[in-house]
Amino acid sequence: MKTSHKVLMLLAGLSLGLLFFFPMWKIYLNAPQYPEGLELHIWVNKISGSSESVLQNFNILNHYIGMEPIHAESFAELKIMPYVVVFFMVAGVTLALLGRRRLVLYWTMLLLLAGAVGLFDFYMWLHKFGTNLNPEAPIKVPGMTYIPPLLGSKQLLNFDALSLPGWGSLGVFLAVVLAGLVYFLSRNTNKTASINRKNVLV
Amino acid sequence: METLINKLKAAALKMTLLMALAAGAAFQGCSGTEQGNSKDEAVSADAATAVYVAPGEHDELYSFLSGGFNGQVSVYGIPSGRLLKIIPVFTQFAENGYGYNEESKAMLMTSHGFVPWDDLHHPKLSRADGMADGRWLFVNGNNTPRVARVDLKTFETVEIMEIPNSAGNHCSPYPTNNNEYVLAGTRFSVPLDMKGGTQDVSLNDYKDKFRGSISFIKVDKEHGDMELDFQILVPGFDYDLANGGKGPSEDWVFFTTYNTEKSATLKELGASQNDRDYLAAINWKLAAKYAAEGKAKEMPANYYHNKMDHNSHIAKSTVKKTVRYLLPEDCPGMMYLLPAPKSPHGIDVDPTGEYMVVNGKLASSLPVFAFSKMQKAIKNKDFDGEVNGIPVLKYESVLAAEVKEPGLGPLHTEFDGKGNAYSTMFVSSEVVKWSLKDFQVKDRMPVYYSPGHLMIPGGDTREPYGKYMVVMNKITKDRFLPTGPELMHSAQLIDISGEKMKMLLDFPTVAEPHYAQGIRADLVAPNSVKFFKLDENTHPEAVKSEKDVSVTRNGRNVKINMTSIRSHFTPDNIEGVQVGDTVLFHVTNLEQDWDVPHGFAIMGANNAETLIMPGATQTLKWVPQQAGIYPFYCTDFCSALHQEMQGYVRVSPRGSKVPISFSTGEKKPVPPATASVSK
Ligand SMILES: [Cu+2]
Repeated sequence: MKTSHKVLMLLAGLSLGLLFFFPMWKIYLNAPQYPEGLELHIWVNKISGSSESVLQNFNILNHYIGMEPIHAESFAELKIMPYVVVFFMVAGVTLALLGRRRLVLYWTMLLLLAGAVGLFDFYMWLHKFGTNLNPEAPIKVPGMTYIPPLLGSKQLLNFDALSLPGWGSLGVFLAVVLAGLVYFLSRNTNKTASINRKNVLV
Repeated sequence: METLINKLKAAALKMTLLMALAAGAAFQGCSGTEQGNSKDEAVSADAATAVYVAPGEHDELYSFLSGGFNGQVSVYGIPSGRLLKIIPVFTQFAENGYGYNEESKAMLMTSHGFVPWDDLHHPKLSRADGMADGRWLFVNGNNTPRVARVDLKTFETVEIMEIPNSAGNHCSPYPTNNNEYVLAGTRFSVPLDMKGGTQDVSLNDYKDKFRGSISFIKVDKEHGDMELDFQILVPGFDYDLANGGKGPSEDWVFFTTYNTEKSATLKELGASQNDRDYLAAINWKLAAKYAAEGKAKEMPANYYHNKMDHNSHIAKSTVKKTVRYLLPEDCPGMMYLLPAPKSPHGIDVDPTGEYMVVNGKLASSLPVFAFSKMQKAIKNKDFDGEVNGIPVLKYESVLAAEVKEPGLGPLHTEFDGKGNAYSTMFVSSEVVKWSLKDFQVKDRMPVYYSPGHLMIPGGDTREPYGKYMVVMNKITKDRFLPTGPELMHSAQLIDISGEKMKMLLDFPTVAEPHYAQGIRADLVAPNSVKFFKLDENTHPEAVKSEKDVSVTRNGRNVKINMTSIRSHFTPDNIEGVQVGDTVLFHVTNLEQDWDVPHGFAIMGANNAETLIMPGATQTLKWVPQQAGIYPFYCTDFCSALHQEMQGYVRVSPRGSKVPISFSTGEKKPVPPATASVSK
């Protein structure tokens, strides 16, 4: 791999760092009586909102329909995910230093897989929260479940729920694209790289 | 593109309103039952659109109107005239528990005890560089002399200070251009006993023993906290209103006086004998310098200073025991008297700081003094005798001009920043516009019966917002549907942007509006607090999680530390209270959302409700008189389940064996919406 490819790979690894600076996903709730809206932010390691009391207000609204309160502690994933991300970042940086093309492919595929697992897990959360309702809830609408959309918008009673990836997800996207690019661009340079290594060995 | 659409929308709206008005007029014309009085002819057809603020839109300006005898300030949006809020200041307010709950009772403490009422006359906005800065509103209590400060972040009264050596704190509160001081002058002079009280003397001794006082209240630059720095003991006149200089006259403050006759009885005659009373001019900077240099003497005093703590929302009273004072005779150059026509009311300094307009309410002339002439007269010692060692300046030496045929009973003047002045005429019931360039009357407009004060937003500052004028009535008769002998008072909004004044709107006001201040909304609205942060609540009885609620007995006192959140109280079942116990409900509102107060009221309480803002704690005191079950509930509709937000207290006979116990919900662990905020 050329130095430029290594730099790209380095960037791929580091771009995952965006996950620590920005939410991965955002859920927006809008209703006429909430003109300023409520935003739930899902991070790789925590759950927050557009303001610090958003979570409490989400939970207050949710309790009418018997939804379990959302707390960061409720999700084991939030404890594991930061390590997974750090692992991918360290591995990405190491690969950039090693310059091993095949490993870049494995790294990218593994990252894609992790992303897919994450999305699936996220969907399972939403499903669990939206359907696991307290049978004694004050407001019961026959046949109604409250699974927020995974992507896009959906009407949930008086709220318009909109779900979109946050800037953190861009980190994963960038990592995959950059690493893919490295794999693609370094097609012909690998040989020279191995020749170089041989030379060094000799 | 969007602006174009908005323009079209606005135009369409105006058209509709105009058409509606036209149709109305045509209909009335046909039926021949035209109603209304001649005054209404002054209302032009586009008045409705000029004051129309569409649903969801905000007004351009806030205006703060005093309520006079209701002890409150009412906040109106301008130009719509919509009532936005009533702020209780010197009065108990059952609506939110102010003056009833344990936290705020101390606000109404005075050296005379708990005084839950006052007569609030003049709101004045705090200033920076001669302009209203939107941070605080100072107001006076006339009856039991007090000055209060309202915080415009919360629109709540946060400080009330009693004024010693004063009676009828009418000439108050005037803030200097950078809030260095808020000045408060006495309306009634009284015989001071020089110990903070008044002497027990014959009323025949008025001339010798009665004195007035002007108080210099220092204001903390950052937090607004007040402190009585010193007083000037002035001759025993009645001091009516105050206003300060700006620009060249910035160091000066002017006070109108009446009863320079020093009459103690039948003042309507006694105080109306002299053709001229005085305008008292005080160099406040020099006074402060004299006080700092040790010219001030100290005397015993006894006055209350009450402050609301920012985070615990608990008011505390401090009793102050001394006050410093200056005597004008010891302080040369500090104070002068200017002869002013008969019993003047408003004294108003124009935006340039050069002209002082003296509104002699029983006079037919409207004199305008020039500050530069006053300075010259002082320099040349153009004196016309003295009173108590205070030089009296010659009228002719300070006069710039007298406005010719201004109307009858000039009461108060404000300015538009374009060189025009507007004066209310109490007796001839009109507003008169005149020019400061040639002192000629330019326009006059009849207003409803007996206008008192008028207000142009920023009209007492360097740069008035010369678009609107609010004229407030003193005696109203026929503006609205009759409601028995007691009528709503009212204010009128007048467009002053053009050559001619245009009547726009009548709106009812709460009690009698004595004066008002207006300010651009964008100087206040962005700082408005939406809710209090629970984390910052330092109330000693606050409970921030439903897990920490408690009910404890200590002798005959029962302390209930409870929480409220949509849509329940924790606890909501309380037992073990006995007849005659003093029960304190310390209720913490766990909400952290805008406009979700919860109220708390219990059956039979000899008290009010208390309304608890999100994140705050308030305490209601209750002494149950009979055994039985007492429901309590939330009084402010807070959610679809508001009606369910209720609970019970069981009261047993004195000496009963029922133990203290409390719960919420049958499954013991906390109900669903706990308020623990995860971080
Ligand atoms: Cu409630």
